[in-house]
Amino acid sequence: MRADASTRSATRRQLLAGLLLFACFAAGARTVFGGDFLLNKKAPEFTLRNLNGGRIDLASFRGKVVLLNFWATWCAPCQVEMPTFAQWQRQYGPQGLQVIGISMDDDPALARKLYAKLKLNYPAAMGDEELGKQYGGVLGLPLTYLIDRKGIVRTRFQGETDLNTIEKQLKALLAEANSPSPYPPSSPR
Amino acid sequence: MRFGFVRIAGMIAVLAVLLAAHLQIHAQFGWSAPSPDSASSIPSAQLLQPEELNRLLHTKGAIKPLILQVGSHMLFAQAHIPGSEYAGAGARPEGLKQLEDRVAPLPRKTFIVLYCGCCPWSRCPNMGPAFRRLREMGFTNVKALYLADNLGIDWVGKGYSVESGR
Repeated sequence: MRADASTRSATRRQLLAGLLLFACFAAGARTVFGGDFLLNKKAPEFTLRNLNGGRIDLASFRGKVVLLNFWATWCAPCQVEMPTFAQWQRQYGPQGLQVIGISMDDDPALARKLYAKLKLNYPAAMGDEELGKQYGGVLGLPLTYLIDRKGIVRTRFQGETDLNTIEKQLKALLAEANSPSPYPPSSPR
Repeated sequence: MRFGFVRIAGMIAVLAVLLAAHLQIHAQFGWSAPSPDSASSIPSAQLLQPEELNRLLHTKGAIKPLILQVGSHMLFAQAHIPGSEYAGAGARPEGLKQLEDRVAPLPRKTFIVLYCGCCPWSRCPNMGPAFRRLREMGFTNVKALYLADNLGIDWVGKGYSVESGR
């Protein structure tokens, strides 16, 4: 009787351990989609090759407000936004804005062609699925993040967004020039 | 007689003004029949809502369609509908060739679901050409998954499962 109870208890413990192990595995394997989990956290770092040569290192823009725009040549709304982003780069660049474009095209040649056609004045690079996952999954374009001067993700715009809304948020972040960010940086990746 | 003439002339003038206003609005906002390459050109009877496909995938014994993603391969690699295959971007000739090669040996009654989800439905450049090509090839049971905004919002955002990898 006592031996039976002991066996049942051991089986329960093994079952519980198995369940815990499975839960840990499942949690680790799962990609978090949506990108809202990045809000008020440190922007995932990246260093990518610029379409025009050289490298784009996100960390090197610390102290600037970064408008990080994911785009592609097949995305019609992206092509409406991009000339405006170039205009903002000219207009707000002196106040500390840095626009960065990340193409999610499969073919870099197409991205380079559009980049030249639109005469963009900000750096752009090819993205990949790993970068996409780090930024919550780029599962539809356009997608734009605003990152403050401390490197903290402050806003995420998914899909077609009124450019006035983005500009308003952008100006608010630029105005935070020397005041500290109210959000503590998350632990380094 | 004179009153009748004035009345008719007035009616013609009103109709002319209405027609001019219509044409001006038409030109300004581009309200016209959807381009054959637009996803909006796909007849609404051929659309499949995400809820319906999700239900179908979870219904035991239901005939499972061949699900083909006809948009960006990079988006597919990040997340795609479980069991679906990448079949080339519908907006590009090499993508349509890939699609053709995939379905060519299949019976023309095969239940096929196409999806993309790259961008808002009316702006998607891939679904229209891919859907049209399958119809031209004689496939009679093709549905287009209606993702109004994109895969992230209209599939993942609704809690439906995805897989990743190429």
